[in-house]
Amino acid sequence: MQKGANNSYFGNIWEGITSSWQGLKLSFKHIWEARQRRTPIGITDPDYFKQETGIVTLTYPYESLPVPDNGRYRLHNEMEDCIVCDKCAEICPVSCIDIEAVKSTEEIRKTSDGHSVRLYAARFDIDMAKCCFCGLCTTVCPTECLTMTKTYDFSEFDIRDMIYHFSDLSPEQAVEKRQNYETLQTAKQQAKASTTNVQPTEEKTAEQTSTTPATAKPVMKKPAIKPVTKPVITDPTPSISEETPYVTEVTPEISQTIQEAAPQDTKAEETDQSEQAPAKPVMKKPVIKPMIKKKTDE
Amino acid sequence: MIAFLFFLVFLLVYMVFAVYAERKLSAFIQDRLGPTEIGPYGMFQTLADLVKLLQKEDIVPVKADKWVFLAAPAVIFTAIFAGFAVMPLTPTLQGSGAVVGVFYLLTIVSIDIVGLLAAGWSSNNKYSLLGAMRSVAQIVSYEIPVGLSVLCVVVLCQTLDLQEICYQQGIYIRTLPVYSESTNYLFGIKRLGIDMTEVGGFLTWNVIRMPLFFIVYIIFFIATLAEANRAPFDIPEAESELVGGFHTEYSGFRWALLFLAEYGMMLLVSFLGAVLFFGGWNTLFPNIGPVRLADWTSGMPGTIYGNITGAFWIILKAFIGVFIQMWVRWTYPRLRVDQLMHLCWKVLTPLSLLLLFISALWKLL
Ligand code: SF4
Ligand code: SF4
Repeated sequence: MQKGANNSYFGNIWEGITSSWQGLKLSFKHIWEARQRRTPIGITDPDYFKQETGIVTLTYPYESLPVPDNGRYRLHNEMEDCIVCDKCAEICPVSCIDIEAVKSTEEIRKTSDGHSVRLYAARFDIDMAKCCFCGLCTTVCPTECLTMTKTYDFSEFDIRDMIYHFSDLSPEQAVEKRQNYETLQTAKQQAKASTTNVQPTEEKTAEQTSTTPATAKPVMKKPAIKPVTKPVITDPTPSISEETPYVTEVTPEISQTIQEAAPQDTKAEETDQSEQAPAKPVMKKPVIKPMIKKKTDE
Repeated sequence: MIAFLFFLVFLLVYMVFAVYAERKLSAFIQDRLGPTEIGPYGMFQTLADLVKLLQKEDIVPVKADKWVFLAAPAVIFTAIFAGFAVMPLTPTLQGSGAVVGVFYLLTIVSIDIVGLLAAGWSSNNKYSLLGAMRSVAQIVSYEIPVGLSVLCVVVLCQTLDLQEICYQQGIYIRTLPVYSESTNYLFGIKRLGIDMTEVGGFLTWNVIRMPLFFIVYIIFFIATLAEANRAPFDIPEAESELVGGFHTEYSGFRWALLFLAEYGMMLLVSFLGAVLFFGGWNTLFPNIGPVRLADWTSGMPGTIYGNITGAFWIILKAFIGVFIQMWVRWTYPRLRVDQLMHLCWKVLTPLSLLLLFISALWKLL
């Protein structure tokens, strides 16, 4: 029989009958196969794709498909390991993490991977109703304390219950910690205020030390010269290994000749031993300059 | 009186479980589970729904034609329930032994249309009115194939009494004084000379007495499906286009009544199909020589056993009919209006006319 509408009168009727019968057979097949039904097996099970017939619905609250352990659903923060760095709150595209950090007066604890925790989380709220489950917060977390769990059914009757509070401080404790820090700060300031004149100099030195990397380069020059001179001395030593004892003897001569023998450059080519001695002072100047350049380049 | 009470209670219980069965069946066809929560296997789901419906407010739209609107569901349900009056439940139990049973049934069911139109019209809602108009157009059209296919049976049986039609199709044909001299021949052909009167069972059903009746039954089934506003002929209700069709504005108890009427109509036409084509309350099993299966599975008319087996067989047959209606509903998509009319006027009506002609000739064989 040709496909599609058969346009004669009896052709139409015949096609109507046969296709209707096909339809009835198909739906009866489903009624018949409804004796079998899907079992709640996970995607990891080799039989997961095997059942192609029968009822596919599960009576959900009673049975559910197992979620793999790396399921990305509700967030969980292991507060013990959180350093309250605020990275997760900053990366969140929907701003659903709300952190209020309180500085501590001393190191609070060490996380399990060795970070030291110096901030209290007075508030660490994640609004799971806003969360879009992108997982960015878990990626940036330096201590990996913020993770996604495989709990996916956490609907609530009140939308406010969707905000999860992870802070391990009670509000009173938070106030107390804040006061501790403030009293410490004021104590410090008073201590500073008592030594008013010293204070600015202290600060300056502090600034200087903090900026030493910038100013350190000229300071670095002097040590840089010394290592340079030594290789120059030692470089010839392998070639004239027998003469190494002379080197120590020569060096005092060098220091003497540095001042005097600078103009003796041309004579250096004539004698072996005297070559080394005058060569060094000559070499000094060109060597120093490239060294400075390298440093500044860095 | 017994028949009245029986059918009233039976209809209510049937309706509750028919809705449940329909939901389960549709679920199975669609690879779902269906209701599972209330009662074992979700059996009391409909009861819970019904309780909810009864608690609901009976809303009457402000601009509706109030009294017509309120009366319409009652008219629809009454019309359908009245149809059960002439149904022979057992050889002796029948609401009314009207001699014109078949015509009465066709007539009373047509009052259903009045109710539908009243419901749609009085709702003062375009969807309801469209649904009602479609419904009337559909039911009036399909009255013709229904009437003709019923006429085929009447021509063969030569009676309008449903109880007599039942008697003719079984081993107890000679217990009725009118037919004490009658004989059932195989395929209804006297010249074959095979006497089936004592064999009974399915071999004396109308579909066997006149083999072409199977086609007549299919016409009857399709046409009654349309009369009952069932899918694929549910354009009067057409949820996806007309919200709810003629019953869009109904709520609470009145809506439940309309729903009850729809399921009642399904059962009524299934009963009628069973009586006209599949032997009514007669047993399925024939007597084979000394193995008197027919005698064992259906008692003498008038005895208690006869009543029980009679009711069992006819209800079983009706339920199978209802099952097929549900099966069809969840298989086919809704027909367009033009397809609906094409099917009725160009296919079913000519075919049933032809079959009526053949049936009349068959009686002469
Ligand atoms: S998963 Fe994405 S949306 Fe949810 S809290 Fe983390 S960063 Fe924000
Ligand atoms: S990124 Fe991790 S460690 Fe940092 S505040 Fe968020 S949860 Fe805590």
